[in-house]
Amino acid sequence: MVSLKVNGAVHEIEVEDETPLLWVIRDEIGLTGTKFGCGIAQCGACTVHINGEAQRSCVIPVGSLQDAEITTIEGLSTSGLTHVQQAWIDHQVPQCGYCQSGMIMAISALLAENGDPTDEELAAAITNICRCGTYPRIRAAVRALASRED
Amino acid sequence: MPTRRTIVLGTFGAAGALVVGYAFWPSSRIRRANAMDAAKDERFVSNWIKIANDDTVTVVIPHCDMGTGIFTSLSQMAAEELDADWNKVTAETAPSDPLFANGALAEGFILSQQDMSGRDIPPFLRGTVANGFRMVAEYMDLQVTGGSSAVRATGMFGMRLAGAAAREMLLKAAARRWDVDVASCETRSSRVIHKATQREFTYGELAGAASDYEPPTHPRLKDKSEFRLIGRPLQRIDIPGKVDGSTNYGIDVIQPDMLYAAIRISPVFGGKLKSVDTRIVEGRRGIRQVVKLDDAVVVVADRYWRAKAAAADLDPQFDGGGHDKVTSASIAARRLEAVRGRDAKIDLTRGEGIDALARGTSFAATYSVPYLAHSPMEPMNATALYKDGMLEVWSGTQDGLGSRAFCAKAAKLSLDKVAFHLQPMGGGFGRRLPGQWNFLEYAVRTALAVPGVPVKLIFTREQDTQHDYYRPNVTSAFWGSLGPEGLVRTWVNTYTTDDGANPQAHIPYDIPNQQIGSVKVATHVPTGPWRSVEASWHGFFVESFVDELAHRGGQDPFEYRRALLRHAPRHLAVLELAAQKAGWGAPMARGRGRGIAIVESFKTIVAQVAEVTIDAKGALKVDRVVAAVDTGLVVNPDGLKAQIEGAIFFALTAALKGEITIDQGAVAQSNFNDYEMLRLADCPEIEVHLCESDGEVGGAGEPGVPPLAPAVTNAIFAACGVRVRNLPIKNHSLAPSASVTTSE
Repeated sequence: MVSLKVNGAVHEIEVEDETPLLWVIRDEIGLTGTKFGCGIAQCGACTVHINGEAQRSCVIPVGSLQDAEITTIEGLSTSGLTHVQQAWIDHQVPQCGYCQSGMIMAISALLAENGDPTDEELAAAITNICRCGTYPRIRAAVRALASRED
Repeated sequence: MPTRRTIVLGTFGAAGALVVGYAFWPSSRIRRANAMDAAKDERFVSNWIKIANDDTVTVVIPHCDMGTGIFTSLSQMAAEELDADWNKVTAETAPSDPLFANGALAEGFILSQQDMSGRDIPPFLRGTVANGFRMVAEYMDLQVTGGSSAVRATGMFGMRLAGAAAREMLLKAAARRWDVDVASCETRSSRVIHKATQREFTYGELAGAASDYEPPTHPRLKDKSEFRLIGRPLQRIDIPGKVDGSTNYGIDVIQPDMLYAAIRISPVFGGKLKSVDTRIVEGRRGIRQVVKLDDAVVVVADRYWRAKAAAADLDPQFDGGGHDKVTSASIAARRLEAVRGRDAKIDLTRGEGIDALARGTSFAATYSVPYLAHSPMEPMNATALYKDGMLEVWSGTQDGLGSRAFCAKAAKLSLDKVAFHLQPMGGGFGRRLPGQWNFLEYAVRTALAVPGVPVKLIFTREQDTQHDYYRPNVTSAFWGSLGPEGLVRTWVNTYTTDDGANPQAHIPYDIPNQQIGSVKVATHVPTGPWRSVEASWHGFFVESFVDELAHRGGQDPFEYRRALLRHAPRHLAVLELAAQKAGWGAPMARGRGRGIAIVESFKTIVAQVAEVTIDAKGALKVDRVVAAVDTGLVVNPDGLKAQIEGAIFFALTAALKGEITIDQGAVAQSNFNDYEMLRLADCPEIEVHLCESDGEVGGAGEPGVPPLAPAVTNAIFAACGVRVRNLPIKNHSLAPSASVTTSE
C-alpha cells in the first residue's frame, strides 16, 4: 500500500511497489493528462513534478514516493491557466499536443528555478521530444515569459 | 465534349466562382444527419453545418485532428462564406458513418486526376480500396486525413460551398418572414439584416425555417476582396485542451471495467508464432488471459503495467517467414543493381531523351535514403469491445469511416454491427492512414478473444518502432550532360520504387532532353506514406543532383536554378524570396555554408535556404533555415507557418539522424535511445515567409518537408566540400580530412 499525494489529494494505492508512477497516475487515479511516450525516460511526455522538481514518471517506482508531493498537468493551477499555459496559447505552441503536458511541466519547473533562462540554459534543461517540431514557438513563449512583468 | 466527370463535379473558374454544381445534401439526407448527430436545439442547415437556437454554429469536420489545425482552418472557410460570428463557431468530428463521407475530398482529387487508373491515385489514398479506385463511388466513401488535402479539397470543395449555401437559405427564410425581396437583405456576423427597415434576425432564429429549403446548387462564393475570416491568423480552437491535459486522445479512452493489453509481434515481418510458454505469467496478479494470434502474443490484464511487464517476460518463438536472412545491406545491394541495370520502366521522355546524353560533358551520381519510422509521440493503440455480436472501437486514425469498415472486416461483421469512435491523435505523419492499421486489427482480434469486456491495446514504443509501415528506402541514379555554357541539357534518372512510378520524380526545370524511369524492388518490409510521401525522397535526389550540376557547371546554385526556372514564375518568385530573406550571396566565415533547394508538392511550392557551421572536428550545426512558401490562397497564415516550421524540424531529424535498419529480417532499432530524435538544443532558427498567389490552393502539412534535406546537404557541400549522397547525415564524416568531393 502506497500513500500518494497527487494534486493535493491523498490516494491510498494498492499496487506492486515497482509499478511506475506514470501508470498509477493514469490507470489507478485516472488522470490521463500525463502521457506515455517511450517508457525509458527518453521523451519526457510523462513529466510531472515531484516535490516541485520535474521528473519522468515512467521510470519512477511508486514505492519510492511515500509522502511525496506530486503535481500533474491537471493540478498545475488551482484556478484558471498558469502564465506558462497562457503563453502556450498566446504563441500557439501545440500542434498534436501529445507532448505538451510534459513540456509544460518541464518548462514550469525550470522557470520556477530560473525565471530568465538563456537559450543555452533552456536547451540544456528541456530535453523533451516533440515530433511536431514546436520548438521555435516554445523558445518564443519562454522568451516572452522571461520578459514578463507581474 | 465535356466528359461526364467534368459535368458532375464541376470546376472552379479563375476567380474562384463555382462553374458547375456541387453535390449538396438533399433534405432527406439532412433529416438523417439530424437524427444521428444533432442535439434538440440545433439542426443541420446544409452539409457539415449545424446552427443552434442560441446562434452557435457547429462545423462538423469529416477529418480527424492530428495537430495540423484543420478544425480551425476548415471552420474558418465555412464561417467565412456563412458570414458567421467567429466567437460563436465551434467544430466537432463527424461521426464515422457513410452519411458523413467526404465527397469533397473525392471531388477535389478527381478534378486533379488525368485519368482514373489506379496508377494516378494519390499515395495517401492508395490503401483505402483493395481493388484500385476505378469507381467514383468508391472515392466517395472517405474520411481520410492525409495528402495535405483538408483545406485544398474539403475546404475549397466542401466547407466554403456548404457555408455559402446555408447563408443563402438563411437569407431566403428572413426575406420570407419580412415579405421582402431577398436582394434587399444582407448578412453580417450571424445575423440577417434588412437595412431599409432596420430589422434583423439572428441565425439561430432563422435556422429552423432555413433548413426546410433545398440547398442551392450554385451558391455565390465570396471574392477574395470580401474575405473577413479567411487570411486571418485566428487562434486554433483545439489548443486550449492541449495545454491543460484535457484533450482525450485514443490512449486516454476509459471504459467501464476496461482491461489492458500488451503485445509481442513477430520481429521478422511475416513471421508466424511457433510456440510460447505462458506458464511464466499465468497466475500472476491481474493477468487475465494470454491470447495467441498467428503472428503475435497478447497479454490481457487488469492494468497496463501488469500486461506490459508480463509480455516482456514471455519468450515467444516465431519463425522467420522466409525473410530472416534479409539485411539493410542486402536490400541496398539489390537497389543499386536495379538502378544500374536496364530494366527501368520509362515514365517520361522529353526531347531526345537518353540519346542526348552522349553530347556535352556528362556526369553521374547515385543517391539513397533509408527506411524511416513515423514515431508519433502517441504510440499506436486502440480500445475494442466485442459484446452480443456488436463491436465498438475507439482509436485515433486518419480515417474514421475507413477504420470502421476495416474493423468490421477484421471481425467478419457487417458495418451496421460496428461502431467506431474517432479520437484525436498524438501525431500521425502518415502512420495512421488506411493500409497501416495493424494496431486496429490486433485490438479487434484481442477483443474477439475476450468478449464482453473492453480491452485497450497499447503498443510499447519498441513495438511501435518495430512494427511500423516505413518510409521506403530508395536508390536513385542520375546521369546529366552539360552544354557549353554549363547549363544542363540532358537529365536521365532511374529510381527504385515499391509500388510504381512516382510523379514527384518529374522536375520543374526547363531541361530539353529528359528520361525518367523507375524499377521495382520488392522487399518483405512493409512501407507506407510518411509525411510528404515520395516528395520526401525525390526532393532530396533532384535537388542534390541539380546542385551538383550547378557546381560542375561552375555556377552559383541559386542563379543556376533561376536560369532553369525562367518559364515558371511562381517557382521563381518563391526561390527568389527565400534567397533574398536568407541573404544569399553574403560572405560567410570559413567552415560555414549555405544551401538552397526548392520543391513543389501537394500543389504548394516551398524553397528553403539552410545555413550550417562545421567545426574543426567535423561537428555539424544547422544554424538557420529560411523558407518561402506559395500555397495559393492562405486560409490561416499563422497555422500555415506553424506547419512549415514543424515540417522543417521533422525533416531535419530525418536528414541528420533518421535511419531504420534491417538485421536478420527485423528492425534493429527499438526506442528513442537508438532511433534518435532531435530536441530543443538542435532546433535552428526557423523563418517562414509566405508569398500568396493566385495559384491553385495547395496543402500545408507536408510541403515543408522535402526541401530541407537537400538544403542542408547542399549547405554542407558549400561549407566543407563533402557531398552527402546517402542519408542520414550522421553516417558521414565531415572532418577536414574527409574533404573529398563525395561521401558515398
